[in-house]
Amino acid sequence: MGIANLKKLEARRSALHKAHENVKTQVRVCSGTGCAALGAFEVYDALVEESKKAGLPVQVELAPCGKDKDPIFVSLTGCQGFCQIGPLVHILPEDILYTGVKVSSVKDIVGKTLADGQVIDKLLYKNPEDKKRLKGRADIPFYKGQELVALEGCGSVAADSLDSYIASGGFSSLAKALKMDPDQVIAEVEKSGLRGRGGGGFPTGRKWRSCVNATGDERFVICNGDEGDPGAFMDCCIMEGDPYRVIEGMIICAHAVGSSTGFIYVRHEYPRAVERLSLAVKTCEENGLLGTKILGSDLNFDISVARGGGAFVCGESTALMRSIEGSVGEPRAKYVRSVQRGFRDKPTVLNNVETFACVPSIINEGSDWFASRGTEKSSGTKAFCLVGKVVNTGLIEVPMGTKLRDVVFGIGGGIIDGRPFKAVQTGGPSGGCLGENYLDLPVDFDALAEAGSMMGSGGMIVMDDRTCMVDVAKYFLNFLMEESCGKCVPCREGVYQLHALLDKLSRGEGEPQDLEKIQRLGKEIQVSSLCGLGKSAPNPVLSTLKNFREEYEAHVNDKRCPAGVCRDITTFTIDPDKCTGCLVCKKACPPDAISGEKKQVHVIDQDKCTQCGACRLVCKFDAVVTS
Amino acid sequence: MNVAPAVDMDRVGAVLDRFEKGERSHLVHALQDLQSEIHYLPKEAIKAAAKYLDVPLHSAFSVATFYKAFSLVPRGETIIKVCLGTSCHIRGASVVVEDLRIGLGVGPGETTQDMKYTVEVVNCVGACALAPVVIANTRYIADVKPGTIVKIIEEG
Ligand SMILES: Cc1cc2nc3c(=O)[nH]c(=O)nc-3n(C[C@H](O)[C@H](O)[C@H](O)COP(=O)(O)O)c2cc1C
Ligand code: SF4
Ligand code: SF4
Ligand code: FES
Ligand code: FES
Repeated sequence: MGIANLKKLEARRSALHKAHENVKTQVRVCSGTGCAALGAFEVYDALVEESKKAGLPVQVELAPCGKDKDPIFVSLTGCQGFCQIGPLVHILPEDILYTGVKVSSVKDIVGKTLADGQVIDKLLYKNPEDKKRLKGRADIPFYKGQELVALEGCGSVAADSLDSYIASGGFSSLAKALKMDPDQVIAEVEKSGLRGRGGGGFPTGRKWRSCVNATGDERFVICNGDEGDPGAFMDCCIMEGDPYRVIEGMIICAHAVGSSTGFIYVRHEYPRAVERLSLAVKTCEENGLLGTKILGSDLNFDISVARGGGAFVCGESTALMRSIEGSVGEPRAKYVRSVQRGFRDKPTVLNNVETFACVPSIINEGSDWFASRGTEKSSGTKAFCLVGKVVNTGLIEVPMGTKLRDVVFGIGGGIIDGRPFKAVQTGGPSGGCLGENYLDLPVDFDALAEAGSMMGSGGMIVMDDRTCMVDVAKYFLNFLMEESCGKCVPCREGVYQLHALLDKLSRGEGEPQDLEKIQRLGKEIQVSSLCGLGKSAPNPVLSTLKNFREEYEAHVNDKRCPAGVCRDITTFTIDPDKCTGCLVCKKACPPDAISGEKKQVHVIDQDKCTQCGACRLVCKFDAVVTS
Repeated sequence: MNVAPAVDMDRVGAVLDRFEKGERSHLVHALQDLQSEIHYLPKEAIKAAAKYLDVPLHSAFSVATFYKAFSLVPRGETIIKVCLGTSCHIRGASVVVEDLRIGLGVGPGETTQDMKYTVEVVNCVGACALAPVVIANTRYIADVKPGTIVKIIEEG
């Protein structure tokens, strides 16, 4: 059934709403990467089967012609945020959030909750603070203080269902935009203050406007789903969980800039995102939402999904375009701007996944609505992936300007095992680490940049006292060294040299002048590299050197790694006063370096120990000490 | 050294048939499909793809070597990908590599003698909240505790 025009779209929506009104219970099974890894698909299958067996009126599609009375709608959604305690099953309208659901829990869920309305206490989230069970999202601290815009549908709509998206208001924004003049659409995006969510924070409206103003007989719209930051998954979640929103944002852009061809470039490691987006594109084509005369207007627009080859540099705009063209993804000098001469040398708009995902809400709710959120120069909300040594890990979205403290200690619930907070890393390999004195920093583009880090795409990695800043800097440099495309010397050689210097420090061979060398070389690379990869490569080391200088000095002067991470200068021993002889570390030690009997103090054989740190990681009694 | 098995050119042909002949921009995509079919990219397959898509041989090889996702040497039956993304790194992924090195006798980039396992390292697989993460072929193993991974993989 096609949606040939606006009237048909609204007819479809009201039919779906009717169907929805009848739905008595909605059961949303999270199938984001995290929950899927923990067995969400098996849970979903079991839920559907078990409900059928129990004779419940289950429905897996939101069919407008459903005949059942009081049906139960079971759907697979994208990431619901709190991945750490997945697989999640969210039951509405009661707002019951079941956590850590296993196939073996399904019988109870069906028999007790779905058939009988009882809440199963042991599947509810347990608040670590007071051990109380909390029933739903409304009660759980992780979900408080969040505001979902780009992630609005992620975790609520059925990820592979056009109908579900339409029922939730999907494509009404496109319908509205198509009635507007392209220029008005751009003006609206400009007024909203939306800045690119892919890292640079370039004003989106201005980018669209320059594309329109550039000369060319053809224009392209490209969505950057490369998500190269090696510790972030926001874009992955949006592509998997709400693919139609991204497509809608792109169509609106196509209308605004006058393009008929679009691409979505998806990171190689995200097979499910490729699958869901491809299916969504096909469904849109079949329904007249992509292709010719979209919704009966004069707009023609096609989208192809391209898989990335797995190179970080391909997330950079010019390299990405070359990669879609089928060549080696090497960046090009920025003196030619890609809005003017981008893909196939034609004017091209390239935006990040989350940027496109914000567009439908901006058009629907208005630029003022969007601009009223966030800070003056960074409007709206931002999705982050909150991970690392924090109690609550997952996907979150907060208004720009939210304090780091509220994210780490409010939503995140503080540091694992009550250890001291040390730093939070933002901006991935191009960003930096901010320590305790920055906890009250309002998170927005400019505040982060001023503090010596950057927004990046939204990775937020929390670190405790057992994370070594020299090691973190070395980690990113190693990553970048491998990912440098090698085209320009400062990046290729400079990053290599920087890495060598840090490696020297971590081996305890650092000399006092090395710290100055690092600084000088870092600045050199920043100014002379060709693309953003090189220009920002020294950021992690420079920011940690600035904010954690004592730690660098300890490596150089005392040949000591205070965090107990750098292997060559760390010795692991067991504190006899604290060791309970629980055998746990003995089992975990890869080279079998630990000996000890049950309830006896354990001892590490220093000749066998490889300083891997496994023992310290598993010891529940804090008995493994480093020096 | 592991001996490369003979390449089944019919399978290569069948994969290439799915693409439009002479359409250069399909190169990366075609190589990806070839690799998922044969688990790696034998020289013969790259050559065949270059010919089919009308890409100069040297460009095809430079594409095949540029992108990390491609392997030009044969790989084991089970490919164990250890995530070394930032989140996994700081939550102990290096211990996982160590466990595999000792338990299976191979480090990153290596394949066991019996061609059963290849260990690879990757950067972030999108499940950072469950760090550290390992993927064995398509199976995700989350929150891997020290000393457990070899057993989990061997038990399948
Ligand atoms: C080395 C490098 C890697 C990048 N990786 C990404 C990425 O993975 N995803 C992304 O959206 N932008 C990435 N960018 C930024 C893009 O070049 C581009 O600015 C962005 O996609 C534009 O979209 P936006 O304005 O909506 O943010 C990267 C830039 C550089 C220099
Ligand atoms: S895990 Fe800790 S308490 Fe248990 S035996 Fe090892 S050092 Fe002792
Ligand atoms: S650091 Fe690693 S190798 Fe050394 S005793 Fe602990 S677990 Fe064993
Ligand atoms: S994947 Fe299920 S909550 Fe994130
Ligand atoms: S860092 Fe390992 S899954 Fe993201």
